[in-house]
Amino acid sequence: MTDVLKSYRFREEREADWRKLDLILTRAENSGVKALSDEDMATLPHLYRQAVSSLSVARSISLDQNVINYLEGLCTRAYFFVYGARTSIGERIAQFFREDWPAAVRGAVFSTVLAALFLFGGAALAFFLCLQDMDWFWTINGHNFFDMRNPDASVEDLRSTIYTTPGEHGQDQLSAFSSFLFNNNAQIALFAFALGFAFGIPTAWLLVYNGVTIGAMYAVFWDKGLGYEFTGWLLIHGVTELFAIVLAGAGGFIIGGAVAFPGRLSRLASARAAGRRAANVAMGCVVMLIIAALLEGFGRQLINSDVIRYAIAGTTLVLWLGYFYLPRARRTA
Amino acid sequence: MTNTAPSPAMQVSIEAAKRRRARMAEEQRQSKMVRVLVTPEGAAIHLKLATAAERAGAFAIDVAIQWAIVITSLLGLKYISGPFGMGSGANLAFAFWLVFFFFVRNFYYIFFELGQKAATPGKRALGLRVASRDGGRLTANAVLARNFTRELEIGLPFQFAFMGHDQASAWMALLGLVWSGIFLFFPVFNKDKMRVGDLIAGTWVIRTPKVSLMGDISHAAATTTRAAGFSFTAAQADAYGIHELHVLEDVLRQSTPEIKAQVAERIRTKIGWVTTAGETDIAFLEAYYAALRRRLEQRMLLGQKKIDKYDTRT
Repeated sequence: MTDVLKSYRFREEREADWRKLDLILTRAENSGVKALSDEDMATLPHLYRQAVSSLSVARSISLDQNVINYLEGLCTRAYFFVYGARTSIGERIAQFFREDWPAAVRGAVFSTVLAALFLFGGAALAFFLCLQDMDWFWTINGHNFFDMRNPDASVEDLRSTIYTTPGEHGQDQLSAFSSFLFNNNAQIALFAFALGFAFGIPTAWLLVYNGVTIGAMYAVFWDKGLGYEFTGWLLIHGVTELFAIVLAGAGGFIIGGAVAFPGRLSRLASARAAGRRAANVAMGCVVMLIIAALLEGFGRQLINSDVIRYAIAGTTLVLWLGYFYLPRARRTA
Repeated sequence: MTNTAPSPAMQVSIEAAKRRRARMAEEQRQSKMVRVLVTPEGAAIHLKLATAAERAGAFAIDVAIQWAIVITSLLGLKYISGPFGMGSGANLAFAFWLVFFFFVRNFYYIFFELGQKAATPGKRALGLRVASRDGGRLTANAVLARNFTRELEIGLPFQFAFMGHDQASAWMALLGLVWSGIFLFFPVFNKDKMRVGDLIAGTWVIRTPKVSLMGDISHAAATTTRAAGFSFTAAQADAYGIHELHVLEDVLRQSTPEIKAQVAERIRTKIGWVTTAGETDIAFLEAYYAALRRRLEQRMLLGQKKIDKYDTRT
């Protein structure tokens, strides 16, 4: 029949293949790559290339809007599927723990040191200020009547907050409290990461602020001669937790540094490269804070011996440092 | 200079020119949202960026879903732990719920965007998806990076909005609100409609609406017997351009019989068509669509794109 439009004949010849591709994509999108048969996988690249070339031809010969819009959508979906990540979520997680996370931390030594200086600098500042004059504690922490850990508390009261007496009820309340703390800390860690975008200045402030709170509390216990015991109480989970907060700050500084000083890259490209690296660091912080919460919720309440507390603190420190900084053989794939 | 009012015919053409300018401005605006992705095969795919309004809509849906999850899980927890009272079980359950809450709050988006569709339910509902700006694959850390900044964009303005009870801190809060508002309204101020998170992750959000392939109208016109008897002269087929063809396609595909009748009437007047006995509006429109498209496609093959009926280039 000669009365048929050229563009219609073009469509008629290829329509079956388009629909086939559409069907495969729909199945893959709805139920994952595993739902595809080997045959589907084998024909997919061919169908994709055909659809893409159909699109460019259709643009120049056809004035049927519907066909062009359909092909545009089909090719976009097919492109993202064909060139998209085919790795499963499990592989991605394994990859994160095996390589991405430690590599990201290892690559951020300068930011990590900077963040540690802000946190511990703030802590040291508050500590020495409070030792000289305990009124500083009230300036820093404000008057909180619910927390009895303040300069007016007796040595015995303070001691009781560090150790759990056997049979004391409220163990489970403490576990609820520690999950609340995890929530808080993890949110702060992500916040420190995000604030990095504002050139890292709010991140620095957040770190100093957290350091000051710790330093002031430390001074209270030190002043009452409980420095050794308090350190054990704090560090059993604190090594992990403080390390996580330092790394979250480091993540913020990576972004802040990249946005403020892009160097040879364009500001956009620099922010993008830094953001992806820093995201791994921030994700790792969440993992570390979960571990810290477990140590805090269970370890701290169940273990009342200073020596074991110190041993756990030391072990976690060695493990984290080894995990992040020990050079490892590069996998040759 | 004459003081006489423009004649009615002139008024009509001024009106038409105005409408045409407005239409072209709209097309220009639409084309600003299109980005060309060149695939490794060398073919160009046109990606349409999502507008800020669509993004906000998708976000609203997602927030509603998040709240629904959080509230139902809390109620469910209360129901389950109810018989045990406020004992240790309830506390432990609450501890788990808090952690669950954290993950819903922060990992809801990450979970869905890592999936095959690269979109949260809200984005899916509006036909959006996340894509890497360089056209490469969307990596996991890009998804993490773009979502970890939500705290800055949404959380911070909210914190400032609810801060400040006395005079001094109210001023501070206002200052903070303005400052954090920069992050919240970031997508409105850049041409790629990127959030802060998109910027540091190297991503953007594009539209991938699902279009279904419908029948070809020209073919329908050619195969049905009712098409017999329609033959248009070259001058009649030249009366309109591509824009009108597309409008006619839309009319034929999705409008009511009344509108079709009106459009048929206008085309008949324009091309000077004498209605034959027993001719229906739809048959006329389909036949004219086929004739017009044939003519325009032929001209397009020769490199002459007649964009609309005012286009008199030959």
